[in-house]
Amino acid sequence: MSTTPATAARETDPRSAVRTLLRLWPYVRPVRVRLFTAAGVAVVASCVGLVIPLVLKWMVDGPVADRDPAGVWLGALYLLLLGLTEALLFGLRRWLVARPLSHVEAEMRAGLYRHLQRLPVAFHDRWASGQLLSRGTTDLMLLRMFLAFPLTFLLVNGVTILVGVIIMLAQDWTLGVVILGPVVPMIVMCVVFEKRYADVARLAQDQVGDLTTVVEEGVLGIRIIKGFGRHRSQARAFRELSATLRGTELRKARLLAAIWAVIVTLPEVAIGAALVVGAVQVADGELSAGTLVAFLSTALALRWPVESIGFLLAMSQEAATATERYFEVMDELPESTTPVAVAGGGMRKDAGAAVAAEVTVPADGASKGADAGGIRFESVSFRYPDAPPGSPPVLDRVDLHIRPGESLALVGATGSGKTTLTALVPRLHEVTEGRITLDGEDIRAMSRAELRAKVAVAFEEPTLFSASVGENVLMGAGPDAGPDDLDRALAVAQADFVHALPQGTATQVGEQGHSLSGGQRQRLALARAVVGRPRFLVLDDPLSALDVHTEAAVEAALRQVLADTTALIVAHRPSTVLLADRVALLSGGRITAVGTHHELLRTNAEYAHLMSGAEEYQEDPTR
Amino acid sequence: MTAPTTSVTPSDDDSTPRPQGGAGDPFDRDVLPTPPGATAALLRSLLAPMRARVAVTTLLLLLQQAAVQAGPLLVAYAIDRAVPAFRRDDHGPLIAVAVGYLLSAAASGALQYAFITASARVNQDVLLDLRGRIFRHAQALSIDFHERYTSGRLISRSTTDVESLRELLSEGLQELVTVILSFVYISAMLLWLDLGLGAVAVASFVPLYLLVRLYQRRAGEVYRVRSTAIAAVIVKFVETMNGIRPVRAFRREDANDAEFRVLNRRHERSNGDALLEMARYVVGSRLVANTAVALIVLWGAYRVADGSLELGVLAAAVLYLRRLYDPIDRLGMFLNSYQSAAASLEKIAGLLAQTPSVPEPSAPRELPPLKGDMPGREVVFDGVRFAYRTGGEVLPRFDLTLPAGQTVAVVGTTGAGKSTLAKLLARFYDPTEGRVLLDGVDLRELATPELRRGVVMVTQEAFLFSGSVADNIALGRPDATREEIERAAKAIGAHEFISALPDGYDTDVRRRGGRISAGQRQLVAFARALLADPAVLILDEATSSLDIPGERAVQRAMATVLQGRTAVVIAHRLSTVEIADRVLVMEHGRIVEDGSPAKLVAGRGRFSDLHRAWRDSLV
Repeated sequence: MSTTPATAARETDPRSAVRTLLRLWPYVRPVRVRLFTAAGVAVVASCVGLVIPLVLKWMVDGPVADRDPAGVWLGALYLLLLGLTEALLFGLRRWLVARPLSHVEAEMRAGLYRHLQRLPVAFHDRWASGQLLSRGTTDLMLLRMFLAFPLTFLLVNGVTILVGVIIMLAQDWTLGVVILGPVVPMIVMCVVFEKRYADVARLAQDQVGDLTTVVEEGVLGIRIIKGFGRHRSQARAFRELSATLRGTELRKARLLAAIWAVIVTLPEVAIGAALVVGAVQVADGELSAGTLVAFLSTALALRWPVESIGFLLAMSQEAATATERYFEVMDELPESTTPVAVAGGGMRKDAGAAVAAEVTVPADGASKGADAGGIRFESVSFRYPDAPPGSPPVLDRVDLHIRPGESLALVGATGSGKTTLTALVPRLHEVTEGRITLDGEDIRAMSRAELRAKVAVAFEEPTLFSASVGENVLMGAGPDAGPDDLDRALAVAQADFVHALPQGTATQVGEQGHSLSGGQRQRLALARAVVGRPRFLVLDDPLSALDVHTEAAVEAALRQVLADTTALIVAHRPSTVLLADRVALLSGGRITAVGTHHELLRTNAEYAHLMSGAEEYQEDPTR
Repeated sequence: MTAPTTSVTPSDDDSTPRPQGGAGDPFDRDVLPTPPGATAALLRSLLAPMRARVAVTTLLLLLQQAAVQAGPLLVAYAIDRAVPAFRRDDHGPLIAVAVGYLLSAAASGALQYAFITASARVNQDVLLDLRGRIFRHAQALSIDFHERYTSGRLISRSTTDVESLRELLSEGLQELVTVILSFVYISAMLLWLDLGLGAVAVASFVPLYLLVRLYQRRAGEVYRVRSTAIAAVIVKFVETMNGIRPVRAFRREDANDAEFRVLNRRHERSNGDALLEMARYVVGSRLVANTAVALIVLWGAYRVADGSLELGVLAAAVLYLRRLYDPIDRLGMFLNSYQSAAASLEKIAGLLAQTPSVPEPSAPRELPPLKGDMPGREVVFDGVRFAYRTGGEVLPRFDLTLPAGQTVAVVGTTGAGKSTLAKLLARFYDPTEGRVLLDGVDLRELATPELRRGVVMVTQEAFLFSGSVADNIALGRPDATREEIERAAKAIGAHEFISALPDGYDTDVRRRGGRISAGQRQLVAFARALLADPAVLILDEATSSLDIPGERAVQRAMATVLQGRTAVVIAHRLSTVEIADRVLVMEHGRIVEDGSPAKLVAGRGRFSDLHRAWRDSLV
């Protein structure tokens, strides 16, 4: 199975985990006060924990040795107070971050969703949605956990260790030095570990993404899998992928185990050494027993902070790769959002500078007047931004003019680029060269929202969203559209079946709703396209799933809509072509003929072939 | 470890309030009926095959803890015995302490390594098993289940829900065992050091236990809500990304943001609730622990003061005490991941408890050998009636025989029941009454591989799986050679466009330049079906996105390929009918006309109407 291109094209430059994690700052910023306060509280709480052994020492060397009951009571009281403080501080820390951290996670998820919705369609063609989903779920959970624990505790444990070491050095200099012995080898080990772990962690996360993709495809393509009885081989593919993931996870575990072993062993050896040296000193009378107890108690209290560094680093590393994966998507440039310009018409500044640089305005220019109205393609070329260099463009200097109020059918062989051409009008893809104007205005001079409000589209694959029938249709209209508009649109699309649904137009459809047939969905998609009475209409084979009677009825109703709408209709059948005033033939990336249906039937062999399937036509060798 | 609550508690967090379907439909609320005990049974069945390895892993942890916990004991020994001995110039005990400490350090490191790798292996195997089970089960469940359970929820089951079990296994179980072990060890040590002090420490377990129970109850609710909430987020996410074109074209971005925000908020809130529950637990447990420490020290110090306790023993006891309560936080973390995993497991168990409404036969039969050299088989609908489970009859009782080798066109308006007829034949559904027979064998008695050698269905939704074009065609017959794949593609007229792709048949459908139009996808789907070489081929609107030459090419191919095969073709375009031997006209679930195309066209029934209208549409 494939990995995403992004995985392959991942920058090899090993950016440090810290630099990557710093990119989280803008999201953390709003909750920084609470987060820092919480970290401060945690530091204080840990220090309180470190003071407890000192109180013990004071009790052992003082009241206990002196047999002073009052002193013992006092010591116990101190212990109790410190204990209560520690407990409350721990609770306070968690209380401080609980809501803010969930908020950060949610904000990052909302940000990802918002961003993904605005990324070019070409991006979505490239990325399996499983990879996107795993970024929005697993990766973000990792990040929240990172902010909740490793981030705070790397700081807290660092401070705790530092304070602990100072306390130990203050109590006994020699013993302190003995304890500090393993610090350097441990740091070296951690650095080595961090590097290797980072690679494996990234690999594992990508593999999770691939696995998610297979799961998703297995669910979305279930009818095909069932239709061919392939669920076993699908399960085998899944098994192989998950077995690979298991292998990677085990590699991760071995690395983790190694660093844990080091982190457990070295400090223990140091404590043992300190115990022996300390015992000798106590025997020689250079050290009090109380000091040794307190010293070892402190050292043991530091064991957890030191040991935890292993998994804290591992978690941080995973968080860093999660961040990297998150920003891989967030760094993609969204469709340019042209600032909403003041009313007044004329050419406006285009914010999509990358595109503007390549715009070549044809010599004849945008002459004003009736001739400029409607939809005009001016030597439009298009190749997919990710197409291999040197491959022929999908559309090659297409010139096409649809006059205001006119409807034009676009005909071409399967795969000739009809759908691509229609996608250029609402700027789902960007023209590579040339330009498209609507009523004389370059579509890139309009904001996308403005453009898409003017142009309504019905796609070949009618997608309904989880909402009511009415909501799905009214999506195509402005906020002021009412039930009348809905009824009109449903009537045009001959979607009377809607009224027979359990709740009429309030019936839920889409993934979580009432399942509709292909023909029913197509009619709703058509209703959605016409409900807003758009100036420009783009219909991609809008009647393909309809039976002949329904098709005829829809055509009759649609004719009235088309009478005063400028429309571009992709057509496969003569019946659909006849909806339009004129026909354009798209072949080899160019418009090779324009005329009425009957003209072209007579004069153009390729057209006649496409419309009647006549055998005599010789296949064009290039297509 | 108490069994998780398995009763079906409808969560108060109804992620998608819907007017339709009624409150009784579990599919509406993402709460499938989970049989009592199913969750615990699932966990047991996952762990059972690993029993031996779990035991070894636990033993490793046990030894590791023994090594770690030796420390304070050595401290007590050093202070009470080795120091006085050293003063008497007897260095032996101190050397013993040094060696002992070194050994315990080395042992705890080595055992730690062994334990982590061993437990990772167990965890990963359990996850592999569970992932596979969910996937296989989801694949085995019938189409009608998939039509009701949303794909987003299914994805959420096998991603986030499995993830929470992963957390439980990779961190939680280790925590639990460590916690229990250290409780047992340290209590034993304390009791051994001094019975009185030990007893006080053990007594403190009672309030701790009550606290744990309280937390478990409260957190369970919160986690269940959270799991539902994240599933709703995923559903929305997947729906948006899969419908990105209309989202863009209809400027749904802002409205979607708003809807997503609501779902996301709901998840945020339940997430925060979960963290707050944890915070309450931590405060409570720390309070109990620290109070107990103060009490024990007070009493111990008193007794040292009056000489009934040795100083070294008190020192060791205090060191142990600190450790005794250290793992309570970690117990909290375990409970945390346990609750979260229990909520997830409950949902997974609910999914796994769904039985396919189209089950595999327990005693599968084989199809009889083909008669003569014809690849087709006879199809009989014997007293078949079909109604949805929720009621609503789609196909009233009917009988129908399709002789082997016949090509049958099924026409009729949308909703007439054509697709249902096809799905019954493809065994996507089982009939409510009656039987569907293939050469005399009930479809329900055929194992999947045998069934799919017999019947294959091509639908209009031409979904492509990630992988190469060749892979996608080979789905029809995985053992096909490249030659056979190309032959199938050529026969259907797909070879030209595939060869023109950047890497030809090896072009990854999601990679650079791998864009494939809807019509081309349908051609790939056809090639797939040809390659599968079934006895009965069902085409449900399979040519809707093709242009006329494409459709003609497909028909030409079919005319040769279908030679002798039984075929059921559903199409709105009556051109298909021209290659049919027989036409069925359906209306309101009934077959209203049945005959050869010529006879029906010549007649005065619905088909001749349809045919005239279609002729007119061709101009």
